[in-house]
Amino acid sequence: MPQTPDIQKGRLSTQQLAQNFEDIHPPLDYGNAILEAQRCYYCFDAPCVNACPTQIDIPSFIRKISSGNTRGSAKDILSQNIMGGMCARVCPTEVLCEGVCVRNTQESKPVRIGALQRYSTDWLMEKGDMLFERAPSSGKRVAVIGGGPAGLSCAHRLAMLGHEVVVFEAREKMSGLNEYGIAAYKTVDDFAQREVEFILSLGGIKTQCGVSLGKDLKLSELKSEFDAVFLGIGLGNVNQLEIGNTPLGVFSAVDYIEDLRQASNLENLPVARRVIVIGGGSTAIDIAVQSKKLGAEDVTLVYRRGPENMSATNVEQEFAQVHDVKIRTWLQPNSWLVENGQLSGIRFEYTELNSSGKLMGKDEFLELETDSAFLALGQKMMHKIFELELEMNSGKLAVDENGATSQSGIWAGGDCITAGKDLTVHAVEQGKQAAIAMDQWLRN
Amino acid sequence: MADLSCTIAGIPSPNPFWVASAPPSDKYYNVERAFKAGWGGVVWKTLGIDPPIVNVTSRYGSVELNGQKMMGLNNNELISDRPLDVNLAEIKQIKEEWPDRAVVVSLMVPCNQKDWEYILRKVEGTGADGVELNFGCPHGMSERGMGASVGQVPEYVEMVTRWVKENSNLPCIVKLTPNITDIRYPARAAKTGGADGVSLINTISSIVSVNLDSMSPEPSIEGKGTHGGYCGPAVKPIALNMTSEIARDPETLDLPISSIGGISNWKDAAEFISMGAEGVQVCTAIMHHGFRIVEDMIEGLSYWMDEKGYQNIEDFRGLAKKNVVDWQYLNLNYNIKARINQELCVECGLCFISCEDASHQAIKMKKHDGSRSFEVIDQECVGCNLCMLVCPVENCITMERVDSGKEYQNWTNHPNNPMAVTETA
Repeated sequence: MPQTPDIQKGRLSTQQLAQNFEDIHPPLDYGNAILEAQRCYYCFDAPCVNACPTQIDIPSFIRKISSGNTRGSAKDILSQNIMGGMCARVCPTEVLCEGVCVRNTQESKPVRIGALQRYSTDWLMEKGDMLFERAPSSGKRVAVIGGGPAGLSCAHRLAMLGHEVVVFEAREKMSGLNEYGIAAYKTVDDFAQREVEFILSLGGIKTQCGVSLGKDLKLSELKSEFDAVFLGIGLGNVNQLEIGNTPLGVFSAVDYIEDLRQASNLENLPVARRVIVIGGGSTAIDIAVQSKKLGAEDVTLVYRRGPENMSATNVEQEFAQVHDVKIRTWLQPNSWLVENGQLSGIRFEYTELNSSGKLMGKDEFLELETDSAFLALGQKMMHKIFELELEMNSGKLAVDENGATSQSGIWAGGDCITAGKDLTVHAVEQGKQAAIAMDQWLRN
Repeated sequence: MADLSCTIAGIPSPNPFWVASAPPSDKYYNVERAFKAGWGGVVWKTLGIDPPIVNVTSRYGSVELNGQKMMGLNNNELISDRPLDVNLAEIKQIKEEWPDRAVVVSLMVPCNQKDWEYILRKVEGTGADGVELNFGCPHGMSERGMGASVGQVPEYVEMVTRWVKENSNLPCIVKLTPNITDIRYPARAAKTGGADGVSLINTISSIVSVNLDSMSPEPSIEGKGTHGGYCGPAVKPIALNMTSEIARDPETLDLPISSIGGISNWKDAAEFISMGAEGVQVCTAIMHHGFRIVEDMIEGLSYWMDEKGYQNIEDFRGLAKKNVVDWQYLNLNYNIKARINQELCVECGLCFISCEDASHQAIKMKKHDGSRSFEVIDQECVGCNLCMLVCPVENCITMERVDSGKEYQNWTNHPNNPMAVTETA
């Protein structure tokens, strides 16, 4: 990001930055974990289990915390979700397990399932225990393209089931969006890489970083070289705004968060005095809050529909608001306001739904001054990275219920498939289910 | 405002709440704080013959339940470890300064008349209101032929009680051990020996836990442990039953009782008094929270009595006693069934799984779109209360009386009873 008088690095002291980017939800200590665990009723056929995309037996893992069987607790979690540690940090539990906790009905305060899950998984990772063993070798080899949550989850399950796996990752580091996309204060202390180490410690998984499909790798060659292939390639491109030539001062939120996550010193990261974020998802919330934490004076998040339509949950919206982010809704970008080639503001048009529920501009406008803008409009798949014909669905890979693509021997999961579910926990589940299906297929 | 003043084993007290003979009553400093807080009386920590006993360090062990600390507490402490004269001087001072409070002195000396006469003379010199004979302590002293080893032999209880009554005019309360098959026998013995009342229960022999790393019982004294006396909220039901046993026994019906055992608040106290106790003694709750808890005990009991229209303790004392009957007199035609309030239900499923796995398969789980509901199958429900007890939501599951007023029938004349008393022509 180029610096201008209004886009400057080092707005805050090292000390202040360190404080701002501490863990937003510090871990539970032993005593608090026990107390919280005891709030769980140990429901039968519990709603939280059904609400978990990976079907973790939540009452069971919580009961095991109470009884002091922390290892068993961690095993309950990780055998269903090998990224249980990351999911404990990033899952929007308010719309998953905690959202359906029966304690909500009774006292509007669910059991802190996410925090308890973190307690058990942190305990295990600190202990360095091996929980899982590999089945006898099947003699089969599988290529996993993409070292993000879907790919790693798939690789881990395949290796457990006795297959040899090679994970090809385009970036320098494994872990995909866990490493490059999630807000820094959600996963402190290099947790993404520690989790990768934990997953790989099972054995049977080789990794190659810095190789990308379409450039260094050909799908057809991988297909013939390996017994099966899993695509966990994510979405490489960000959606753009079609309102005229983009002036200086407009940035991609995804790119900036990546810079932030990889920055060795946050003081070197320029941030604008005034920031406008356009979008309504988790990325929009993350970039808005992180801008504030980097020292931006004034941050406004603008979304074209109502708060209830945002894919960011209520909790995420409130999180932004308590961090002094202003959220404005029913406004869509109309044009850039530019001075000397530099963004000076954005003209928005008020919006509403017409009688048939379609979003319409109201032909009334509002100009907001700003020094920079972040686009957080979602991502889309990169074109032409595989030369084989794979059936698509709404711009993503079409798969059956087990993740099989239209090409026999090729599975897919994570953000690149059409499940309409883009959380880490969904990717982990899709990778796991694909691995189970691949195992069946490989053994027939 | 209700009048809480009462007389316990002939000793007047401004309220029924006494500090039990234990660490909170072992010296002037504590007792003064107790009286300042509002306690009606104390039973001073047990005195013995000099030289004083010696205690170990690491003295208490605790049972925790669902985050509740000290549900149960045990200890391996012995009687007072201070010289007799020091204790006596402080007892004298406190009684002089707090004349309206009950000061009872707990005693434990070897089973010979001379020692009892000796210590009674000493206590009489303090102006104390009475003595409590510690026949209950189950550890340390019992192995030396005192404490529970006396309380477990009714003949000894009677003998020592008689010595005390013959050698002193002080009101005499006999403290009983629960470590016995039938509590009525030592109570009868105390009465026969001339006791003015009994106090119970002393602590229960116990080992609270084993440290699975060191394999030492807790509390651990250099890797070793011993059984200790168990007390605290966990023992209240045992104390309540033993109180009722003595209060209902035709031989001890009128024997004054000072109840002890897990009493932590005014409700507990009211339960014991309704079972026939003249007053109560408290220790564990004080050890947990301090003397200040008595403020709520006094206030809570007064408000409850006002609400119920009881003007003094005697108005409700013993009212629950008559409702404790032997099993064979319970009405077998009384019939209740569980009722689940669907609006209050949080769908935790605990009623279902407890009935399904552990009771009578009388709850049906119905799955709907994204939710479920639970219904009682009346034909299967035996009215056991289990579902109501496990339900986390207050008043969500209630028990409804469903019998059509069939005549009272108990086991004594039930057709299935081979020993039934049948009418003869």
